[in-house]
Amino acid sequence: MGGTAEPCIVVRDLTMAFGSFILQRDLNFTVDRGDIFIIMGGSGCGKSTLLRHLIGLQTPAKGDVLYGDVNFWGLDPEERERFMRRFGILYQSGALWSSMTLAENVALPLEEYTDLDPAGIRDRVSLKLALVGLAGFEEYYPSEISGGMKKRAALARAMALDPDILFFDEPSAGLDPISARLLDNLILELRDSLGATVVVVTHELASIFAIGNNSVFLDPDRRTMIASGDPKMLRDGCPDPTVRNFLTRGEAGSAG
Amino acid sequence: MERNDPQFTAERDGALLRIGLSGEWKTGHPLPTAAALEHSLASGAGIARINFDTSGLAGWDSGLLTFLLQLCERCSAAGVAVERDGLPPGVRRLLNLAAAVPERKGARRESQREPFLARVGAAAVRARMSNRDTFTFIGEVAVAVFRMFRGKARFRRSDLLETIQECGAKALPIVSLISLLVGLILAFVGAIQLKMFGAQIYVADLVGIAMVREMAAIMTGIIVTGRTGASFAAKLGTMQVNEEIDALKTMGFSPIEFLVLPRMVALFLMMPLLCLYADLMGVLGGMIVGVTMLDLGVVQYFLQTKAAVKLDNLWIGLFSSAVFGVLVALAGCLRGIQCGRSASAVGEATTSAVVTGIVSIIVATAVITVICNVLGI
Repeated sequence: MGGTAEPCIVVRDLTMAFGSFILQRDLNFTVDRGDIFIIMGGSGCGKSTLLRHLIGLQTPAKGDVLYGDVNFWGLDPEERERFMRRFGILYQSGALWSSMTLAENVALPLEEYTDLDPAGIRDRVSLKLALVGLAGFEEYYPSEISGGMKKRAALARAMALDPDILFFDEPSAGLDPISARLLDNLILELRDSLGATVVVVTHELASIFAIGNNSVFLDPDRRTMIASGDPKMLRDGCPDPTVRNFLTRGEAGSAG
Repeated sequence: MERNDPQFTAERDGALLRIGLSGEWKTGHPLPTAAALEHSLASGAGIARINFDTSGLAGWDSGLLTFLLQLCERCSAAGVAVERDGLPPGVRRLLNLAAAVPERKGARRESQREPFLARVGAAAVRARMSNRDTFTFIGEVAVAVFRMFRGKARFRRSDLLETIQECGAKALPIVSLISLLVGLILAFVGAIQLKMFGAQIYVADLVGIAMVREMAAIMTGIIVTGRTGASFAAKLGTMQVNEEIDALKTMGFSPIEFLVLPRMVALFLMMPLLCLYADLMGVLGGMIVGVTMLDLGVVQYFLQTKAAVKLDNLWIGLFSSAVFGVLVALAGCLRGIQCGRSASAVGEATTSAVVTGIVSIIVATAVITVICNVLGI
């Protein structure tokens, strides 16, 4: 994996803060094209906040986020908005628009940003919903389907515009092991077939090892990243005991 | 005291204090506190260690654990060793568990009282920030309206139609009831006074002008604040909690255009219609009193009203109600979009939307009245 390493996202000296409270400082890492990149760390370390910085919902206190050679936070708001259409984002709660049916949810970005005719849009919507195993659920409202189905429908929406980069915020939170596994497989499948780059925020070890080939580990106490690289290698050979402990559910114990 | 109430005894044996626990140490029984052992544990008392005898213990739950934790704390403060061997194994394990993770430094919230000036300063800064947010919001809405007139604003027509139905047609029953009653009340109050001069017929003037010029607009404004403004805030607040607004933003949809604009346009269009309807219902209310209590004729009442109410009054009423519509929509949407990310924040947003809505309606009425006075309308 990652044979032709072409940087897709570069984070440089990023500091995240709420007012005067610094959440994480001096983050530096690179996500290569085609990576499945895991942002991990204990609860409350700022994983989801880091994601919000990457997708344009929260401004960094310091530092840059580069997509290819585009300085994301250096763009003016309108250009940034346009740039953000290349992202597909799966939110923790799914975040489907509750007043619209699944079909309308998936169709909205298509209606807005493509010049497809209604029939073309309908076909695309059916395709995307079929890809996530929800064929036939077009006319359901988000409140009428289960949590796992909401996640998948939200994924269909995230893929509506065939994005280059997919972001997942805790995709397996609240899912049973089988659904979580299916979602993992879906993520791998999407990366391989679409050639997309995937960034996943999670602390599910099973998912981390099943799909991740690169990662960054944030530490809430030291308030910065303390490791990066392939999660399997970190588990076996990271010099930092906190990281090893995390990746072995504490079984590395006090060995460090 | 019942036989099974929890109690403890303290027996001294040289430097050892033996604590005997007996009875049912469960929540719901009168639980003793460790404070009674204070002086026996004081550093001068010569106790070096304590142990426990639980042969009389009939049952326990967290009540016993809190007692023991207090006791352990006092002991460690006084340098007394605690021998836990006498305790039931379950209690020992839970005590170990409670002590397993040390309290994180700085995690405990200090509830220290800030000095008065600091609090005033913090409040002033907060007020300034909140004003800035409000003005930013109003500015963004103004830009969105401008874009709408140029045909560039993006929102779903179906959203607009749904909101129009929700805040227009569906509000008719309550508007009917309230404005009919307001008309009745005005007529009653007026009738009693006017009857003294034999001028009952002027009840028509009183009700007509009051309803058409002010009351219908104000009453529909307040109804719509409670009904629609609150629902806007709750809906947008919940969308904020569910990250739906984030999803809009990251897909390049402006929440202002997509969510606020259709709601504002809907209320701007519907409020004058509701107000016109309330005018009619109010006059009808007055007429009911006039006809049944004051022996006025229906036609007589109608003609008197028609003569009294000038077209200017109607325009002022309709203009006010359109302004109120915009204000209520702005208040509801602003509070919804500012909403925090929890269920209680949605409740606060709704309350705040209604308060803001009603205050702005009253202030706007005052301003419009002064302006009309100056213009001599």
